[in-house]
Amino acid sequence: MTKKNGAEIFIECLLKEGVDTVFGFPGGAVLPIYDALYDSPLRHILVRHEQGAVHMADGYARASGKPGVVVVTSGPGATNTVTGIATAYMDSIPLVVFTGQVPTPLIGNDAFQEADIVGITRPCTKHNYLVKDIRDLPRIIKESFYIATTGRPGPVLVDIPKDVLTAALPDFKYPEKVHIESYQPNYKGHPGQIRKALDLILSSKRPVVYAGGGVVLSNASSELKAFSEKLGLPTTTTLMGLGAFPGTHPLFMGMLGMHGTYAANMAVMNTDCLVAVGARFDDRVTGKIDEFAPYAGIVHIDIDPTSISKNVKVDIPIVGDVRIVLKDLIKACPPIKGFKKGIQPWRDEIAGWSGTHRLSYKQDPKGKIKPQFVIDRLYELTGGDAIITTEVGQNQMWAAQFFKYDKARTFLTSGGLGTMGFGFPAAIGAQIAFPEKTVVDIAGDGSLQMNIQELATAVQYKLPVKVVILNNMVLGMVRQWQELFFQKRYSHTCISVAPDFVKLAEAYGAVGLRATRPGEVDRVLEKGLSVKDRPVLMDFRVDQFECVYPMVPAGQPLNKMLLV
Amino acid sequence: MRHTISVLVTNEFGVLSRISGLFSGRGFNIESLSVAETFDPKISRMTIVTSGDDKVLEQINKQLNKLVNVIKVYDFTGEEHIERELALIKVNLTAETRAEILSIVDIFRAKVVDVSSRTYTIEITGDEEKIRAITELLRPFGIKELVRTGRVAMARSPKQR
Repeated sequence: MTKKNGAEIFIECLLKEGVDTVFGFPGGAVLPIYDALYDSPLRHILVRHEQGAVHMADGYARASGKPGVVVVTSGPGATNTVTGIATAYMDSIPLVVFTGQVPTPLIGNDAFQEADIVGITRPCTKHNYLVKDIRDLPRIIKESFYIATTGRPGPVLVDIPKDVLTAALPDFKYPEKVHIESYQPNYKGHPGQIRKALDLILSSKRPVVYAGGGVVLSNASSELKAFSEKLGLPTTTTLMGLGAFPGTHPLFMGMLGMHGTYAANMAVMNTDCLVAVGARFDDRVTGKIDEFAPYAGIVHIDIDPTSISKNVKVDIPIVGDVRIVLKDLIKACPPIKGFKKGIQPWRDEIAGWSGTHRLSYKQDPKGKIKPQFVIDRLYELTGGDAIITTEVGQNQMWAAQFFKYDKARTFLTSGGLGTMGFGFPAAIGAQIAFPEKTVVDIAGDGSLQMNIQELATAVQYKLPVKVVILNNMVLGMVRQWQELFFQKRYSHTCISVAPDFVKLAEAYGAVGLRATRPGEVDRVLEKGLSVKDRPVLMDFRVDQFECVYPMVPAGQPLNKMLLV
Repeated sequence: MRHTISVLVTNEFGVLSRISGLFSGRGFNIESLSVAETFDPKISRMTIVTSGDDKVLEQINKQLNKLVNVIKVYDFTGEEHIERELALIKVNLTAETRAEILSIVDIFRAKVVDVSSRTYTIEITGDEEKIRAITELLRPFGIKELVRTGRVAMARSPKQR
């Protein structure tokens, strides 16, 4: 048998794991890996900044459901991944990040490009490893993919010293199976709890389903739809859950929370039975926690026991995989004579809320472009058939409110960490996973500039990612808070000194387009959407003073919404 | 309320920092922590004394269980169990106080494990109350140094935890 070195084994393990694409950036400590990559079938996407690599892998994972894989060097290469890893951790995205490390005899000696990345990422990874011995490498790679993708998914980091990459292993075998005694996720919900949950739901008069990102992660959207439809349950989703339930469905009330719809927030405040499915009662969802869903008995389905009764006291917890539990719920559901009729008055009440307080904006055809109008038009012109990524702030909330997501994995956003600069590299990752689909990053001018260097990556790989810049020349969401809560003292939120995005796109070899009046919006979108061989930046000069409404001020209960 | 928690973990480097990092990162208290290998050298046991209300303890328990290296978490609260701690106390010594100190040592069934012309080093094992009591009694003589191991605990029931 020929001896393989650590780097060759590394590549072979990834291939055995079914990895087709890695996102990375070379450096001294990972040179052996890059040498082995040189004649391997593995596709490597060369990024321009390691943070971009992690967001790309993240976007790839969110869009495809497969784990995203990153390779970077030691020291700064590793530390640059931290924001991306924390982003994935907060949203439970399966990633495996491989970092180079200085050779084992130098660890701890403040060697050149040394950083204790295992120590640094301990609180923002699901698990991490330092490989100290070549013999452990195959097992650790196997375990890292297993841990990243099972249970509640999350990022796993594997730190590999350079001498491990160059060491030889005579009898390399990739393990077939994983057994980690201390890690045994529970997938099946307890039948007793499922019965109790059904009793509570069926005895309710004002039920609401509140679905989160867990539905997307467990690929349970068809089960969720079947469940809500079977009982006629009004359904809302979190930001992370958008697309998990069809956005155009008659039972859908829109998103809930700080910038949720009037109907969804009122429904949650008045429900007598809240069924939380793969959601975690984040503070942006609950508003003032003591007054959240005050009349509700709460059922909570989640694979992670720590999510249960962390923020809100839950009456009926069901620990398990959302998809399996929903299936069991549907199966265990007795005939429901009269139930739907019984909740009809409740549905009428919700329809009333929806009717009186729609999400809205006013576009004066002669005035400035309203950002919501751009998203509205994007929805119309794509027919809703696109993968949308967002940056963070107003652009993100408008993208959540005004584009309708009928399918899971078509709305990719940094929900938990709220990472500006996420959307563009995530769009690149999604485009790599789905080369034929329309992928659009709905961006703000502030966020986009946090990872604008990845334009070069998108140009290099001829990726037709579209960037819709809602350019208001301010850090819009912060500006909005200053307007509403800080007496309009606009401290350091004006970023009008900015590049000319059209020229910038051209400088990178991308396409740049601009619209300054409402009448130009369609033309720019149509032209932008038609480009197939390179990225497009579309610079929409929008109204600076537009705010995101409804808005529940931080610390207020959900029914204390500021409306337009 | 104070709780004594026993945590079985895989015996690997970095596990202690995962546990202590979890406590600091989530704002949980650690009053004492003791770690050592178990009968099985692949497994270590940590005994952690912490405090918090029921909600906090529930989270501590679940968050610990979520760590990949944690095999089992056991909260002794409300269970019959034995708790012990060991302390080494170095106390000042004069010709006049020698006898009195020795009688305290005797009463507490402690041991003098090191002696110099000016100090005794006393080893005492017991629960927290006992260690506090002897410390108070020795304090007037002048305690030069005090080292405590932190609590270890074991359930009384014959069942193996």
